Amino acid sequence: MAEAKKTIDARGSFCPGPLMELIKAAREAKVGDVLEVLSNDAGSAKDIPEWAKKMGHTVLYVEEAEGYWKIAIKKER
Amino acid sequence: MTMRIVVLGGGTAGTTVANRLARALRPEIRRGTVEVTVVTDRDRHWYQPGYLFVVFNERPLEDFVRSERALLLPEVGLVVDEITRIDLERKQLISPQRHYPYDVLVIATGSYPDFQSVPGLAEVTYDFYTPQGAERLRDRLTTWTGGRIMIVQDVPHKCPAAPVEVTLMLDDYFRRRRLRDRVEIVYTYPIGRVHAAEPIADWAKQQFDARGIRYETFFNMEAVDPKRQVVLTMDGSEHPFDLLISIPAHKGAGVILNSGIGDESGFIPTDRHTLKMIGQDDVYVLGDATNLPISKAGSTAHYQAEVLVKNLVDRVRGLPETHLYNGKVACFLENSLEDASFIAFDYDHPPRPAATSQLLHWFKGMYNELYWLTARGLM
Repeated sequence: MAEAKKTIDARGSFCPGPLMELIKAAREAKVGDVLEVLSNDAGSAKDIPEWAKKMGHTVLYVEEAEGYWKIAIKKER
Repeated sequence: MTMRIVVLGGGTAGTTVANRLARALRPEIRRGTVEVTVVTDRDRHWYQPGYLFVVFNERPLEDFVRSERALLLPEVGLVVDEITRIDLERKQLISPQRHYPYDVLVIATGSYPDFQSVPGLAEVTYDFYTPQGAERLRDRLTTWTGGRIMIVQDVPHKCPAAPVEVTLMLDDYFRRRRLRDRVEIVYTYPIGRVHAAEPIADWAKQQFDARGIRYETFFNMEAVDPKRQVVLTMDGSEHPFDLLISIPAHKGAGVILNSGIGDESGFIPTDRHTLKMIGQDDVYVLGDATNLPISKAGSTAHYQAEVLVKNLVDRVRGLPETHLYNGKVACFLENSLEDASFIAFDYDHPPRPAATSQLLHWFKGMYNELYWLTARGLM
């Protein structure tokens, strides 16, 4: 598994907060960087992959941890 | 011993909190045991929601400005100075000229659109989030003969409903001027729906569909090419415009960034219920300056001020601080130049837009005047 270049801990912020945080980080990241989001909002598990697909980024994993979600994307463009 | 309560910031949050404190603590202030002072970098106070009405030439900008001194009760001290650093360790505010010590600090330094956050944006954009911007946009619209108007936005930004409002008001404005068929209005939003809050997104989408307003979602601005008049988005596409209205990501105040007490964007980590700065017992934060995941809006500051003042009065009088902020926010949603909706929500209750009506629009018009009573701490 690719190692995350940056982990965005968005726990405690509700949808679309975590996605907004990811968009901000993606803008600053380089192509090929892996960005991981931690979110305790179930909406993120749907919204983030949908956004990534639309932007042409790869979704590496969507995992449920203890009470929160771990979602990683690879910036492709 | 005098307890010095210093409020940094003279916007809605700072002015409201200082006036409410002075009213509640009048006996202590008269006895000299408490001092309430507002420290701000400007002597004028703007009612920012008024800018929307300036854009459509409904009201002049002068209607929405007052002198800060005239708004503050005589019991509140006012210092106009530019604070460059907050020194939490020595409990003082620092300006190039002076140091201002405090015992209790209330930070109400607000948030500001960062037009530099997207390359090329500042060179070409119009805006309605600054007094000068509202007048400039008004003047541009009065001479506009047609073309594509694009509304672009990034988060976080204050008054989250305003971009929807300006879009709906543009539609009505051009219909009244018999120009609507020559104007294409394109609204954009960064995520997969037209607003972050789903009930507002559903409400707005219905209005857009009914009124021929185009919208694009997943619209993440990356740069603007001012010469070619195109917005470049993260998905690699280009979007031409004739007139660009932007609401860029906001930042906290320079003094917060400079003092290193906020996050990367200058918003201060704040307890969502007590409004204390995380890890600080003598520092409170309210209004746009917090990092709370709720609307940055005047009403947020107003409801927070009500809670904060009760706790500060208890603190002064040696009682425990038991009042908690519940996340309450309320906003009018202008649907045109003559009708409006309204939403109120909190941490536990999502927003539900009320049926649009002329009555709500009139009430918004009245609130534009009543606001000065809010700032004075009277309502």
